[in-house]
Parts: sequence; structure tokens; C-alpha cells
Amino acid sequence: MSKKITIEPVTRVEGHGKVTIHLDDNNQVEQSRLHIVEFRGFERFVQGRPYWEAPVLVQRLCGICPVSHHLAAAKALDVIVGAGTGDGLTPTGDKMRRLMHYGQMFQSHVLHFFHLASPDLLFGIDGDPALRNVVGIAIKHKELAVQAVMMRKYGQEIIKATAGKKIHGTGAIPGGINKHLTQAEKDYLLNGDDPMNIDKMIDWSLGALEFFKGYHAQNKDLIDKFAAFPSSHVSLVRKDGAMDLYHGVLRGVDSEGNKVLNDVDYQDYLQYIDEEVKSWSYMKFPYLRSIGKKDGWYRVGPLARMNTCDFIPSPLAQKEFEIFQAYTNGKPNGMSMHMHWARLIEILHSAEMMKELLNDPDLMSGELTVTGTKGREGVGLLEAPRGTLFHHYRINNDDQIEMANLIVSTTNNNTPMNTAVNLAAKQFMNGQTEITEGMMNAVEVAIRAYDPCLSCATHALGKMPLEAIILDANGKELDRKLKNG
Amino acid sequence: MKILFYGYGNPGRQDDALGIRFIEQMEIWIKKNGYKNISFDSNYQLNIEDADTISEHDIVFFVDASMEQLEGFIVTEVEHSNAQVEFTMHAISPGVVLSLCKQIYEKAPQAYLLHIKGFEWELEFNKGLTEQGEKNLDEALKFIQNKLPEIMRDSFKF
Repeated sequence: MSKKITIEPVTRVEGHGKVTIHLDDNNQVEQSRLHIVEFRGFERFVQGRPYWEAPVLVQRLCGICPVSHHLAAAKALDVIVGAGTGDGLTPTGDKMRRLMHYGQMFQSHVLHFFHLASPDLLFGIDGDPALRNVVGIAIKHKELAVQAVMMRKYGQEIIKATAGKKIHGTGAIPGGINKHLTQAEKDYLLNGDDPMNIDKMIDWSLGALEFFKGYHAQNKDLIDKFAAFPSSHVSLVRKDGAMDLYHGVLRGVDSEGNKVLNDVDYQDYLQYIDEEVKSWSYMKFPYLRSIGKKDGWYRVGPLARMNTCDFIPSPLAQKEFEIFQAYTNGKPNGMSMHMHWARLIEILHSAEMMKELLNDPDLMSGELTVTGTKGREGVGLLEAPRGTLFHHYRINNDDQIEMANLIVSTTNNNTPMNTAVNLAAKQFMNGQTEITEGMMNAVEVAIRAYDPCLSCATHALGKMPLEAIILDANGKELDRKLKNG
Repeated sequence: MKILFYGYGNPGRQDDALGIRFIEQMEIWIKKNGYKNISFDSNYQLNIEDADTISEHDIVFFVDASMEQLEGFIVTEVEHSNAQVEFTMHAISPGVVLSLCKQIYEKAPQAYLLHIKGFEWELEFNKGLTEQGEKNLDEALKFIQNKLPEIMRDSFKF
């Protein structure tokens, strides 16, 4: 008689995720699945709205990475207003948007590493949950907590200075940007009182990398073997192969490093990428058409970006990238926990790029927007913190959006997250009929490495527990564990 | 005495905007009535950097929409908390903000949470707060505005 374990966070409005782990008669894990009920009504929501509203409207989608949606929508609309396909903006427009994007990347990755990932590393996957959290970090490693708080704050200040405000920013508009950086903003962000200045942010980014590398040296089994598996990887890269988080061509490599998507124009993404629907999940499963549904799935995000790019165009991050690449002898890295390493390299890269941009006079003067011959359809892609984000819009003769298609980063990582969950479940739950907190957390650690965004678009007060239930084939409950939110 | 009102929520999702609307309306009222040393902040959700934000204040009122079974609104004292890291939580609770502040700055403000009962949470055009949500917001505003002289006394506690 087979059994099923369910780990289900109960949420209210937006999508939620649950994990079901099916055991066979010998209590061995037969199959594990991550089901995500993600909010997918947005495409209908924007239909009929004037196209220029999209960059602001899309921020309603998610309160966690609104800047990524804001910029991806603006990039798609650049195409519609005739401002080119990502490289036709004025220097001011392009650089202000990039600064906004690096600020978002920086603060998002910092949150993930210090708040979500580092407690698992510092206290252990099965460590005391009362301590295995950001407050525990503050108690035991105060300097890390201080860095986390101030780095997040710095990233938020960059966003405020470029997007205009923290909530529903309006900075990016079709064809460009609506403001310059002021002298006061520049001075504050470049040379603010310690620690709120860019040099301190770079120092701390380097420190976080050293911390991770030191931890890795002493915990190779966990970091190298936990939920490790080969896969293809996809991301944007600059036309010369450099890492570019804001714009570029789409590149895919397989687990051996062979190109499976050869630097293609993302305006044609539908020629290369399709999405499969499966009965057990509301979230689609993207795949590369050239390889097919079964094997065409791919990873996106920090690890994928390290695997696709040829180099990183900032000196300190490039040095770290070389160490990262050397670890797998230049072959693509399939180790899920190395996502954290890759994320830290991107934090450093973002900090370096912010410094370069803050010193650029184009941010403080120059034309803000361009327009050209209007079109009816546009695609905007960028590398959001969690991976490649696709926005695609078509408008009608009345300038209303008649079609929208979004493929968000978490959707791109659907199959990889399922694969990681399956591996973690097999490692920690084989032979078990009861779920311990440590087992539950092991599964969560595998998912968290991908930093999926599932449950954050609304958050009004209320419990968000994580529930694990074991059921036998007849639906009889064998065990239940509840973790309050 | 420095007081901070901090509202949070996604203003694009009907009553999830209650915290943000409270801040907007309270700020206008405070300016009109000439109170000093009262500041305002708002965001989609609370996060770790808010430990720094609250550290410079004596009293903090977090304001959020609530789906709990309430009559209109309630104010509760925020207790220090070590929240567990959840499935993929990208936001933290007022209790965690308070604890983080205490651990990092070795001080923490007196903190309260104003829960305003909401009803609808969908992405809908031309649909702001629900009628009942609006009513609860008005009542919460009046309550805090009437209480403010008392709150500004050093020994105040709810």
C-alpha cells in the first residue's frame, strides 16, 4: 500500500505551494512533486488597459520583485513605441534603468542569502528552528545581521532614487525613464556616512563571499552533493558573451556546456521556448522546443547565469567567477547549493556596477526618452534575481493591450525545483513514516536554493502555516506536522 | 518622544491597501494638526531593513490589513519573536523586526500593531477598498487620532 506525505503551506489569495511525497510499501520515496498554485490571472487583468500603464500596473503582481516586472514591461513597451529592442534608449534612460535593476538585484539577493539561506548553513538543516532564522543570526553572528540590514537598506535607497518611490515606482516609462539622478542622491549613494556608501557595500559583498567559501571548504558534502543534478541552463548574455542582467541575447547550454540556444533574439522567444501543462500543477513547465518536452527543461537564475556567460564585466566579480568556474573545470555547474555561491558573486557584481553607474555623468543629465515608429507587439526580457523574466504584449488600434504573456522566473525553474525536491526527499525521507522538522526543512532547503516567489503578492495578517500530512492510499491520515507562520 | 506609523500591504489588491491608506490619511491629518516628531513610512511588506528604520523611534505603530475575525480593528502590542524561516518567506512579521532591532541596536521601541479588518484581496481595476474596509479604516483613524495626545505622553501604554 503506497503512502503520500503532503507539505502544504496554506495561504489566502495568491498562489501557494505544497509538496507531496509518495512512499511505496517499503516506505521508500517513490516520487515527489512540488505543486505551485501561482497567480496566473494577470494576463487577463491587463487586457483592455492602455499600454503605457503596464509598467506601473505590473507591480501589482508582486510585492517582492516589482522592479523586475516594472522594467521587463517597460522594455516590452520600448519595442511598441519604436525605441528599439533593448538597446535603443538614450544613455541616460538605459543607465538609470540599469542602476534601478542592479539595486533590485543587490537587495533581493542579500535578503535571500542572509535571511533565508544563511540560517540553514550556520545552524544546520536540522538545527534548532528556534535559532535557525535571521534573529538567530543576529544573536550568534551579529556582524552578518548588521550587514544584511544595511545592504538591504542600501538597495532600497537605490530603487527609491531611480524608481521615484518604494511602492509602485514610476521611473521606467515606454521609451526611457522619467527622471535624472540628483546631485544629492548621487552624493548620498556614493559617499554616504558609514556604512551607507557604495565602497562599504563592495567590501561587505566580498566579505560575504569569503564567508561562503570558508563554509564550503568545511562542508563540501552538503554544498556539493545536496540536490545536485545535471541540467541545461538558460539566461540572457551580452552579445559578446559577458554577463548582462538587464539586456542581451538568449543563450542556453546543456550539462556539458554545448550551446542549445545560440545567442538568439528574444523577440522571437516563442520559436525557441514552449510551455507544457501537467495535470497535477497549475504552473506550466517551460522547455526548449529544439530538445522537446521530456529533456528540454532548463534552469534559470544565478547558477544558470554563471554557466551561460563567458565572463563578468566587473573586475572583482570576474575574479570570483574564475574561481567558481575552476571548481568544475569550466564545465557547467549543476550543484543546487552552489546557487548561493553564484548569488553572492552577483551581489558583488551588482555593487561594482552600481559604483560605475553612480560615477557616470549620463545619469544626471541628457535626454530621458526616445520614440520612433510605433509597432503593435513587443517582448521585454531581463534577468530578474530569480532568473529570466519574460513580458510579451500586443496592442490594438486603440492603444489597448489585447494580449499579454508572462513567463516568470519561478515558472522557468519549475522542473528543476521538482527535481531538487525529489532528490532531497530521497536523501532524507527514505524509510520514514513520520516527518521530523529537520526532514521538512531539508525539502524546503532544496526549494529555497531557487528562491521561488510564491506567496508574497498580498500578505494581510493571518497565519501562513506549513503543514505536512502523511496519508495512506485510502486517505487515512498517518502523521501531521504543523509549522506556524 | 518620536513616533513612527508604518503601513504595509499591496495597494493594488483591494483591502490589502488598508495599511497604506491609513498612512496617507494619517499623514495629512498630522500635518493639518501641527503635531511634531511623528514620521511615516510604508512598503509592500516588512523586511529586515525595517529593524534600522524603527530603531530611532520610541513608539512604532505597524498598520496592516487583517483577515482575522475582528470587529473593525484592534490594536495589539507587538511581542518579540524569532519567526522560523518558512517555505519561501520574503517578508517578516512585526515581532521579528522588533527582535532584530533589539539584537542589533540593543534597544527597541514600544511597538503596536493596528489590525484593520479587510474583506477582498483581488487584483481588480476600479475596485479600491471595499465599503466595509473603508468604514473600518475611518474608525481606526478616528480612534488613533483621538488617542494621540495620550500616546504622546511618556508613560503611555495600550
